[in-house]
Amino acid sequence: MNKELKLMKGNEALAEAAIRVGCDAYFGYPITPQSEILEYLTREAYERTGMVVLQAESEIASINMIYGAAGAGKKVMTSSSSPGISLMQEGISYIACAELPCVLVNVVRGGPGLGTIQPSQGDYFQTVKGGGHGDYKLIVLAPSTVQEMVDHVKLGFELAFKWRNPVMILTDGALGQMMEKVELFPQIRRTTEVPEWATVGKPKTRERNIITTLHIEADKMQEINLHLQKKYKEIEQEEILYEASGCDDAEFVLVAFGLVARICQKTALLAREKGIKVGVFRPITLFPYPFNELNKLADRAKGFLTVEMNAGQMVEDVRLAVNGKIPVEFLGRMGGVVPTPEEILQTIEEKFVGELV
Amino acid sequence: MNEKRMTEEQHFEEMIAEESICIADNLVFEKPETLLDTPMHYCPGCGHGVAHRLIAEAIDELGIQDKTIGVAPVGCSVLAYQYLNIDMSEAAHGRASAVATGIKRVLPDKYVFSYQGDGDLAAIGTGETLHTCNRGENILIIFINNGIYGMTGGQMAPTTLPGMKSTTTPFGRDVKIMGNPLKITEMIAQLPGVYYCTRVAVNSPVNVRKAKKAILNGFKYQDHKKGLSFVEIVSNCPSNWKMNPVESNKWMEENMFPFYTLGDMKVPNLNLPSESKGE
Amino acid sequence: MTEEIIIAGFGGQGVLSMGQILCYGGVIENKEVSWMPSYGPEMRGGTANCTAIISDTKISSPILTKFDTVIALNQPSLDKFENAVKPGGLLIYEASTILKPPTRTDIEIVPVEAAIEASKMKNAKVLNMIMLGALLKKKPVISIESAIEGLKNVLPERYHDLISLNKHALEKGMELAEKVGVPA
Ligand code: SF4
Repeated sequence: MNKELKLMKGNEALAEAAIRVGCDAYFGYPITPQSEILEYLTREAYERTGMVVLQAESEIASINMIYGAAGAGKKVMTSSSSPGISLMQEGISYIACAELPCVLVNVVRGGPGLGTIQPSQGDYFQTVKGGGHGDYKLIVLAPSTVQEMVDHVKLGFELAFKWRNPVMILTDGALGQMMEKVELFPQIRRTTEVPEWATVGKPKTRERNIITTLHIEADKMQEINLHLQKKYKEIEQEEILYEASGCDDAEFVLVAFGLVARICQKTALLAREKGIKVGVFRPITLFPYPFNELNKLADRAKGFLTVEMNAGQMVEDVRLAVNGKIPVEFLGRMGGVVPTPEEILQTIEEKFVGELV
Repeated sequence: MNEKRMTEEQHFEEMIAEESICIADNLVFEKPETLLDTPMHYCPGCGHGVAHRLIAEAIDELGIQDKTIGVAPVGCSVLAYQYLNIDMSEAAHGRASAVATGIKRVLPDKYVFSYQGDGDLAAIGTGETLHTCNRGENILIIFINNGIYGMTGGQMAPTTLPGMKSTTTPFGRDVKIMGNPLKITEMIAQLPGVYYCTRVAVNSPVNVRKAKKAILNGFKYQDHKKGLSFVEIVSNCPSNWKMNPVESNKWMEENMFPFYTLGDMKVPNLNLPSESKGE
Repeated sequence: MTEEIIIAGFGGQGVLSMGQILCYGGVIENKEVSWMPSYGPEMRGGTANCTAIISDTKISSPILTKFDTVIALNQPSLDKFENAVKPGGLLIYEASTILKPPTRTDIEIVPVEAAIEASKMKNAKVLNMIMLGALLKKKPVISIESAIEGLKNVLPERYHDLISLNKHALEKGMELAEKVGVPA
């Protein structure tokens, strides 16, 4: 079959992927820079697959509609941008505890507060370390190309149903707005299969299904927690994804996720032109995080520079991974400012190369 | 009293008599199939138990146990799913109608209801309630209004009456400070998305029968696919009203009913020719 | 081959669609492409810009500070991006509205009086296609056919009667570019 190639905006590509993956429902609320997702779906989805698309009255309502529809065993998705995702946190905690599969998308913008509509990675902590209340984890995917915006929707649903866990696609305003060539996968039919835990009406042949996160007795609630933690450990063993380029001979490694990793690629190119051996390590899953891989890499490299569009969030995980073996430096731009390849190179020269001379 | 005390034989005879009475032919009252045997945690005399039973009866009568999904709130009835033998989902405080929307949108041919108290539905969840009603979701919302927060221990609710005491209005609700009680059902009845809107109570056999009818309607009307059914049940909270059950019912009749008038606020005009007939 | 281009001008001059036409054309030729609208501090002052990258290999950063080619459609854009041209690179600018021409000597500079030509063609909107023609003359990153196909994707269907006019504008741009510009 011929490849289906298109030039698409990140947000629209993601929405198209949602239709093609056979998503049953999308609930969302407009917020820049991701409203194209809701707009695209309202235009395209129902006609093509019968997918439910509903503009809710708030992000709080959206996430709770997700909770209901995911509980009915359907493939459901929502998207928003940072302030909206903050509003969803209570619901996300419920969904994680009730072990409901769904795909959530955060097209991150610069914060805190109302902030800016420019790209940012300021929600790393919120996404990876919690955000809502209690001990829970989201599986977190960080695309760096428009193609990955497509691929991660498909992967996201696979992981969500495999682990009965919410999956967050953590992207940013720039990836959402930029256009690139994408190869689309063929339409997958919406399934009529009903997971055995879903609340769809109780036939005589089975016990009733209850979706709840309330367990009044402490022992029972601890049991639930232990079960979740065990699941997260298994996810850590099985689902880590990363990309290491030019790391084999690298003296210095740039560690970055999402769009910033691509800016780092350019830096590595510029650095090698100058004779500085720089590699790029890009975690693709932010949970589970490639701690061991980074640790091993620290045996070979002389220094890491973590680059993020925030005040230094993922760098804490890089430092945990490296565990003091080599210096881990940080370059951050905030509030919607995007670091340039040149300034990253300059930082490498200042922090590492200069010192060695 | 001594002469009235039964001998062991007399007691035994009576038991035999009971056994011969309890035969299928004589059965006039039994637990609905949809109601589980779990002892309820509600306080004695509380309206929740009756309301649950009516839901179970309605589901049985319509034969829709296998097609019904309920949504439980946060509040005293947070554990409603322990008593009803149907698939159910909990919801975060105030969000039951959004959760019910999610379920109904992906399962449009199933019967979906939410069961919510006054704090849940008319305070923290007002936004979701109004918009769910306004969108005309084909679901049933059952709203238990007892004018107080039961589970958290008797704080003021949006529906607490003027002058009524609660742990957060210890001198009685002063409307100048706390605002007036919210007649949310009257508001909802105005919305075009609402197909059926009524206020009932479960304090007397007559009212119980009316309440049952309302709940039955709320389920049946989902077949019409014409909008939302909203059933408010004015109820009591003997524990937090600090009354015994009988007193609480009397107080409800004397104080709640004049303010929250019972009766239909919106009924579908079923005589009009409609496209959905014959579906 | 990797060509990193920035196109800048006033909003409404068709800056963003120029970049999109290039990228659509690139997709048709199965090249790697990346299009990024103005971001960050560069959005100031009513100017719009977009980056278009067309490459035979995987594209790294869509965020750049130096470009192989800068296309400036007004004075503020020219002022801002003249120095963003890589040494030996190409600067094409709309010349009929420029008071302060570029001064660099280490790059190829191509002034194009696109606004005048567009008004001769009685459609101010084709200015961007004239500029695009000039680019494709100097750097044939995609073929004219692909550019026209790209245009069909960008132009709403109700304007498709304007395709031939736009094609004409492209050719005009190529013609103008041929006349001017001496390689550095
Ligand atoms: S606290 Fe009030 S509402 Fe709650 S169960 Fe007891 S009587 Fe019923």
